[in-house]
This record gives sequence, structure tokens and C-alpha cells, in this order.
Amino acid sequence: MSPPVAAKPTPKIRVSNLCKAFGDKKVLDGVDLDIMPGTSMVVIGGSGSGKSVLLKCILGLIEPDSGVIEIDGVDVLRASSAEADAIRSSIGMLFQNGALFDSLPVWENVAFGLLAQRKISRKDARGKAPEFLTPVGLAASVGELFPAELSGGMQKRVGLARAVAAKPDMLFFDEPTTGLDPIMGAVIDGLIVDCVQSLGSTALAITHDMASAARIGTNAAMLYQGKIVWEGAADQLLHSGNELVDQFTHGRREGPIQMELRK
Amino acid sequence: MLDVLLTPVALLGRATLSVCRSTGQLTLFLIEGLSHLLRPPFYVRLFWQSFVEFAYFSLPVVALTAVFTGMVLALQASTGLSRFNAESAIANLVVLSMTRELGPVLTAVMVAGRVGAAMAAQIGTMRVTDQIDALTTLSTNPMKYLVTPRLLAGAIAVPLLVVVADILGVFGGYLVAILKLGFSSQVYLKNTYDFMTRLDVVSGLVKAVVFGVLISLLGCYNGYRSKGGAEGVGAATTSAVVASCVLIFFFDYILTEAFFTR
Repeated sequence: MSPPVAAKPTPKIRVSNLCKAFGDKKVLDGVDLDIMPGTSMVVIGGSGSGKSVLLKCILGLIEPDSGVIEIDGVDVLRASSAEADAIRSSIGMLFQNGALFDSLPVWENVAFGLLAQRKISRKDARGKAPEFLTPVGLAASVGELFPAELSGGMQKRVGLARAVAAKPDMLFFDEPTTGLDPIMGAVIDGLIVDCVQSLGSTALAITHDMASAARIGTNAAMLYQGKIVWEGAADQLLHSGNELVDQFTHGRREGPIQMELRK
Repeated sequence: MLDVLLTPVALLGRATLSVCRSTGQLTLFLIEGLSHLLRPPFYVRLFWQSFVEFAYFSLPVVALTAVFTGMVLALQASTGLSRFNAESAIANLVVLSMTRELGPVLTAVMVAGRVGAAMAAQIGTMRVTDQIDALTTLSTNPMKYLVTPRLLAGAIAVPLLVVVADILGVFGGYLVAILKLGFSSQVYLKNTYDFMTRLDVVSGLVKAVVFGVLISLLGCYNGYRSKGGAEGVGAATTSAVVASCVLIFFFDYILTEAFFTR
């Protein structure tokens, strides 16, 4: 008698044959990607390779030309408005430049999602600001400042605090260490890992910072010319055996990517 | 030879299509913005902020413009009407011009330059720094949050500013008539009151509502669609002010036709 076959777990996020073009330029050309629950997927790729477009398609900020995006088995592109709202409220997002609302103080930025979902009153939100800011290493007094008064690293931390405030199921990170010095980048990566682990969330990060990818990811994939050209464990990134990944991760000038650029 | 003849036709065709496309997009944007007026959640605080920005902070510039316009009107009317010995009609001309035309139009143009430009710059900056995308990811509809309160604030605040502009414009004319042209205060005020009709004031206020919506609409629309960083935000701001001014004069003509042409 053969042993029972374990049922294959359903991916938390499934992207199938996703295509998106802007004019004549194909940015995503049949992307397939599965992200399993509780894992941290890092998508790497050069500038303009379509990483941000992929992320925005999954978030519903850009409508793809074709393909399927499923979150918890729900087809996001064909979901009702209520279903789409429910999915969106289960995602926390850290934008590349923080994208803090510059007309609002930090405490209101951090509690914005909770206020929008009517999970907290404005009075309580202000009082609870330290609860959101302390885990990302910010003092309670920062809550009364405006984003323009913060350094780049502090803005990223506030952005992270805002992304995790509603305790989302899924966390997305768009180039989380861009524009930060190496030490601050490592601090932000550490905070991201802590937040993802403490919430038990599924994470998707896009980056071209290899150190950051290694710190954040459990799994990794490389996007090149609109397609996923390699997928594997994040700790295999530097020894993938794929010449595109090798050239990218080691930052070599010569190689297939360089040849492509020369055309 | 044929190309030389057809090029201008092609350019004209492209321009016509572009105008039609923009008009359609603007109309859909307005409909979507207005459609959120009656659906919760209501952002009362944002409406109030926009209203204060429109009404309170625009008050000094609108007041000064109105007073000086009324004064200039009285002076010009005096020099023009004296040729026909009709100086007594100065009060009539000032009140008619202010309530029907100059009050609403000058107020709207000043507000477009002040508030419309700021609106386009603010929303444009939010667009190019991903703040509008962030709103979406935080369970907030950007149209409802950014556009609807501003449309409502414009529709309510600009008529209030026009009432102030009408009063101060007439007051400016009164000052010149009394202090410089030697009119009797009582006679001037009686002429003003007797000649003014309800339609003059109402037509001016209806124009003000339309202009208020136009200023908000074009400020929001251009900001919302801006792209390309600081340059894009600058272009959006310029477009918002220019398009607002042009459409204010266009709708001024349409509404004047509607109210006063029999």
C-alpha cells in the first residue's frame, strides 16, 4: 500500500501568465509566480525590469493586460468591489520613498489604515501612536512631527509602522533600502524581518540590493525581460547556476544582461 | 502637394480628437467625484479644511480686487457717462457690472490662481510620490478622499466670496462717487438699491457655484493625472490655472446667454 500523498498547499499569492505592456513596451510578458503562506519572497531584477509593475498589479494599482492573480484563491482581477476591498485591507505596503502623507503628522500617518477601516477613533489613534512607533525604534515624540521633519531612515520606519499597524496577512515592500546608507538599510531589513515574523505574514519584497534580498527573503526569483527566469531559495542567490542571476548578483559588467543592454 | 494640403487637416483633426478626449475624461472625473457625495464615509474634516482654504484665506485678495474694481468702474463710468450727461447712472452701472459679471468672474479668476494652483500642486505631488497609491492600499478611495470634499468646498465657498466681492465692489464705487465725484451718499445708495434686481444677484451666484466646481475640478483633475516628478507637477499647476480661467470665461458667456437672452 502506497503512503498517502500530502495535499499540495495552496499558494497565498498565485500569479499566472501575467502580461502588461505600456504602448509597444512589454513590461511583464507571462509572469508566473507562487508565494506560499508564511514565506518571504524577494523578486530581484534590474532597473526597469518590471518589478514595481508586478507589485502594483498584485496590489490592484495597475490593471494588467492579461493573466490571473489569485490571493487566498480569490481571482483579484475578477473580484467584486467588496472582495477587492477585503483583500486590500489584508495587505500592508511599504513604498520605495515611504509615501507618507506630508499634510498629516506621523501619528495620523501610522494610524491611517486603522482610521480608514473604522477600527480606532482619532483620539485613541493619537494615544496609541507609541504602540506603533516603538517596535520600529522610534520615540513616542516622533508621532507629533510631520514627515518633512524626518530623515530618510525615519520616514522608512514610519512607513513600516504604517504598513504593519493593521496587522496585515500580507506585507509588500518596494525597494525597502533604496536611498539608505548600508547600516540603516540593515536596520530596516532587520525591522522588516521582525515584523514579518511577529505577524506571521506572507511577504513579497522587490529589490536590487543583494544584501537586502539575502536578509529579507526565504525564497527569491529573478525578473528579466518581463519573465521570471529563476526561482529558488534566497540563500542560493549567489550560487544559482543561472548565468543571468550570477551576473546580476555579482554585479559583473560582462554577461548576457550586458549584451542585451548593448543592443 | 497633397501632403501640404492634408497636414493642416490632420492637425485640426488631431486637435479636435484631443479636445473631445479631454472633455470626456473631465466629465467622467466630475461624475465620479460627485458620485461619492452621498455615499459614506464622509470626510467632513477634509471638506472643512478645503472650505477654509477657499473662503477664509482667499478673502483678502478677493476683497482688495473687488474694492479696486468697484472704484475703477465708478471712475471710468464717470468719464464715459459724462459725455452724455448721464453721470447719475454710475451707481446703476457699478452694481449691475459687479453683481452680474465682475464679482463672480474676478473672484473666480483670483481663486483659480490661488486655490486651484495649490490644489493641483498638492495632489500632483501626492501622485508623483506614490501617496495616492498609498491611499488605495490603506482602504481609502482617493477620489472620495481628495476630490469630493474639494468639489463641495468650491461649490459652497465661491458663492460666499462672490457675495463679499459684490458688496465690496459696490462699496468701492460708492467711495469714489462720494469722495471724488461729489455724489450725495443717500442718492447713490438709493440708485444702487432701486436698480439692482434679484436676477442680477442670483445669476451671479449661480455662476459662482459653476466657477467654484470648475476651479476644484480642474485643480484636482490636473493634479491627479500629473506624472514625471517636479516638472510634471509644475505643468499640472499651470494647466489647472490656464484651463480654469479659459473655462470660467467660456461658462460665463454660456450662463449669461442662459440668464439674459430672451
